[in-house]
Amino acid sequence: MAQSREELLDLLAGLTLFADLAPPQLEAAVHTFDEEWFGEGQRVLRQGMSGTGFYVILEGQAAVRIDGEDRATLGRGEFFGEVSALLDDQPVADVVAVTPLRCLVLHKAELESFLLAHPTVMLRMLQAEARRLRSANRWRG
Amino acid sequence: MEGVAAGGDRPHPPGHYPVVVVGSGPGGLQTGYWLKRLGLPHALLSADDGPAGMFRKWPFFQRLITWTKPFAPVKRGTREYEWYDWNSLLADEPELRALAPGEMDGTSYFPSRPEMERGIAAFAGKAAIEVRYGCRWEGTRRLDDGRLAISTSDGEYTCRAAVFAVGTTVPWKPGVPGMEDVPHYAETRPVREYAGRRLAIIGKRNSGFELADGLLPWARQIVLLSPRPARISVLTHSTAAARARYLQPFEDHLLGGGTFVLDAAIERIERVGGGWRVHAAGTTRPGAIVLDADEVIAATGFTTPLRDLPDLGVAVFAQGRLPAQTHLWESPSAPGVFFAGSVTQGSIGLKKYGIPSNSAAVHGFRYNARILAEHLAETLGGWERPRPVVEAESVVPYLLREATRAPELWNQQSYLARVLTFQPDRGIIDDGIRPLAQFVDGTGPDAVAVAVETDADGDIHPAVYVRRGGRVADHVLPSDRLLDFTTDEHRAALAALLGDLMS
Repeated sequence: MAQSREELLDLLAGLTLFADLAPPQLEAAVHTFDEEWFGEGQRVLRQGMSGTGFYVILEGQAAVRIDGEDRATLGRGEFFGEVSALLDDQPVADVVAVTPLRCLVLHKAELESFLLAHPTVMLRMLQAEARRLRSANRWRG
Repeated sequence: MEGVAAGGDRPHPPGHYPVVVVGSGPGGLQTGYWLKRLGLPHALLSADDGPAGMFRKWPFFQRLITWTKPFAPVKRGTREYEWYDWNSLLADEPELRALAPGEMDGTSYFPSRPEMERGIAAFAGKAAIEVRYGCRWEGTRRLDDGRLAISTSDGEYTCRAAVFAVGTTVPWKPGVPGMEDVPHYAETRPVREYAGRRLAIIGKRNSGFELADGLLPWARQIVLLSPRPARISVLTHSTAAARARYLQPFEDHLLGGGTFVLDAAIERIERVGGGWRVHAAGTTRPGAIVLDADEVIAATGFTTPLRDLPDLGVAVFAQGRLPAQTHLWESPSAPGVFFAGSVTQGSIGLKKYGIPSNSAAVHGFRYNARILAEHLAETLGGWERPRPVVEAESVVPYLLREATRAPELWNQQSYLARVLTFQPDRGIIDDGIRPLAQFVDGTGPDAVAVAVETDADGDIHPAVYVRRGGRVADHVLPSDRLLDFTTDEHRAALAALLGDLMS
């Protein structure tokens, strides 16, 4: 697993969400987000639980689980928790580590200010949300 | 029953023990105290020649940032007093409790470093905690039968569980070019040597602000730099931010008094003549920054001295500075390897509203140590946890009293909780103080856990977690201006939440 500052910066620069950030902004992002590590089977986001955050997967995989049923798998570079963080709502799904999982995490209050300060990240997030919505609509159709 | 190996004048000679604890700072001593109290044989080892760990040396300016209030709203020495005394270790015996205020001279409600060191040493002495001092942990390996072997300067120990209370004590610097040549916080020189000097401090956490505050009367100019804006405790509602008592440099910055607090990513640091040149890039306000300084200090934090534990399979994070841990402070990737003391901040918990636990400080991790010792005593020593029955009519007032006064819930908000289970055969059982995340993620009969939490707006209130049919939901009770959660309004709200469980 990447451990040094340089490795972490390289890792972040390679993620779509942060692809447009200049090196100083990337460095600030490393300091703004916290890093967390989850063992296999550990819950990261808890369905119906308030006060949660926004997560970006650095390494590993996680399952999106609703009422005990797996609905999707998330991997490196993908993010979750943004809907509950932005809407100040409770998550509608559990997110559970299915492998050792390393994430960056930011709480709601800081997410808003971070997105406003980094509109390119907001645009990338919006594009990802649009793709998710398109996939959901296709699945329903 | 496994026992303590015999021989020699110093305690805990090499041999086999159920548990080996490494470290004689407050985390190691608190763990050792509870293991002894619970009757689980163990060896307590320390490379130091006396107790108190990091408090034998730091903080640099010799004054802590954790309060102890000699005069408080509750009686000194009571359980409730622990919320007002963040610096004493815990004990069952009245004469061992609240030792910190007895060492303080009244000049501040933050103890001085020597006062803190004396308080911890007094605890170790009065509690007769046996430590094998001068015994350095040198390596760790897994035996074929699953036990751990701890090699030390005195010989080899084997154990079923090893608890590393080694602190986050090794100076750490990020891999910025030139940073390796810059003195670390731990290498700060006597203040007079900074008289009239221009000083750049890398880092805007407590250690950076501590140095800036202490050097304000000496330095000609102080510039603090780091990529993200300073997090201030009075704004984040958390002790995991720059504390109010260090904020004079920040006010100096805001008033234009010659101190600067800049948001900038350091690109490189180079030697220029007899001084330094810092090259940085602004983050919240873009633009290149070139700063000449006579002195640079890296207040960039500390890391955990894990030695060869990563080779044993211990997963680490935060750029290798902390070991990952379960809700009971065990490495999820190396069974039998546990942590105590400030290292337990690596067990994140729920971190509701982004506010971390207080596990990095004595007032948080002293409770973790008690729960860990109970866990080890249960699993390795056959100790049976007392599980008293609570009468149904007592449940609501009991839980609200806990939310108002329990020091575990206040010192470890959203991290530790009082848990009651509703068991068809036995009735309502008090399961004690447990990690909240363990309750939320665990299974079992219908149950309730009460914690105290501070939300994003700074509102402090009880949070009630109810497990029904295997699913846990959280509920927030109202706050109160005077933080009294035993009002009629609280009683009615909690009774409504639990009504069906108690019928």
